[in-house]
Amino acid sequence: MASRNGTQLLWSTVLLGIGVMAAIDEIVFHQLLHWHHFYDGSSSDVALFSDGLLHGAELVLMVAGFFLFRDALSQGPIRQTRAWGGFFLGAGAFQLFDGLIDHKVLNLHEIRYNVDLLPYDLLWNGFGVLLIVVSLVLLRLSTDRGSTHTTRSR
Amino acid sequence: MPDHPGQSLSHTTNTPFGWLVLVVPVAIWAVYAMMVIRQGQRGRSWPGWRSISFVAGIALTAAAVSPPVMGLAHHDLRGHMVQHLALGMVAPLGLVLAAPLTLLLRTVPTGAGRAIARLLRSRPMRLLSHPTTALVLNIGGMYILYLTPLFALSMEYPSLHWLIMVHFLAAGYLFTWAIAGPDPAPHRPGITVRTIVLVLSLGLHAFLGKFMYAHLLPTSVPFEADQVKDAAVLMYYGGDFAEFLLAIVLFSGWYRLRQRQRQRAAMSRGWS
Repeated sequence: MASRNGTQLLWSTVLLGIGVMAAIDEIVFHQLLHWHHFYDGSSSDVALFSDGLLHGAELVLMVAGFFLFRDALSQGPIRQTRAWGGFFLGAGAFQLFDGLIDHKVLNLHEIRYNVDLLPYDLLWNGFGVLLIVVSLVLLRLSTDRGSTHTTRSR
Repeated sequence: MPDHPGQSLSHTTNTPFGWLVLVVPVAIWAVYAMMVIRQGQRGRSWPGWRSISFVAGIALTAAAVSPPVMGLAHHDLRGHMVQHLALGMVAPLGLVLAAPLTLLLRTVPTGAGRAIARLLRSRPMRLLSHPTTALVLNIGGMYILYLTPLFALSMEYPSLHWLIMVHFLAAGYLFTWAIAGPDPAPHRPGITVRTIVLVLSLGLHAFLGKFMYAHLLPTSVPFEADQVKDAAVLMYYGGDFAEFLLAIVLFSGWYRLRQRQRQRAAMSRGWS
């Protein structure tokens, strides 16, 4: 029972992490800074298509994550390290995915235009890796504590 | 400018049928209000916010097809996009949340209620109300409209233009109801299928917006390139907003159901 709740908590926070990072990307880099472009003339139609579907998934799954998380909260106390671990995992995975697949493979848009991109790319993807490392440490901590808890209850 | 294609519609907007935009909504509100009053007389309550949602949905629909907005939409593609989003995505949400079918089923005599239920369970209705069918009718219709010369044609033939407006509203309602509506649907699949269909819908809508921006679509229309691009951006973000709301309706419904199930399970454990 506790582990099933734990799985739901992990998934819901991963989805929330993806959604929050995607929202930051949209609000800060597209709308406020105008660094990212809606369409920069260099993406193929296939890239636009996959971008559309990924965008749809992000938005819907963020809402799903919110209600899954609410449902997990209502089932009793949650393990906070696990929740934060899931959140950072989702956020880092989105950041890295956006930095590598969206910017480089699909060539949708760059981080910024008319500048030397290398430091931007390194910082962008490095931050993604950092978030994932933090999340793995947190998840490791929460599982360690979780497993001792399970052994004790047996 | 007698050769401007706008002429054909601007004289429909001056026809004496403009008053219909006021009379029809009032008549529809009256029917809904009468059914709500009947509920009260029988001592059953009907949530006030559902009535408000209905009033707003009908008002938005009427505003979107009112002569001034029709005129604006004809001369400015951005105006058309706002009209499209209002009719096809936002107004249906208001109407679906008003649960008109549930209200109707509660109001009519048992015999008529059974007939409606039979109709809903019929094979064509089961097919029509499946989220996948609704997705094809809703998003597929937009692809045909914006990627073929149909849009340019609709600017010349007002009757075709009206038909497209009706299609926006009907397909938008069907889709919203099939995905998340509080009203009963004969064959509504589980949350996973509905989530996938919603992601596809949002994704296909977002792609269409960027595709139209990239290729300056619809074709053969008398609009400036910048206006076409603005309209595509509007379509992209407007679609996001509307489907974000729809996702909230879908998952909050799922959440409430889960909470109820859990409460029931806790109660039955308490009794045993």
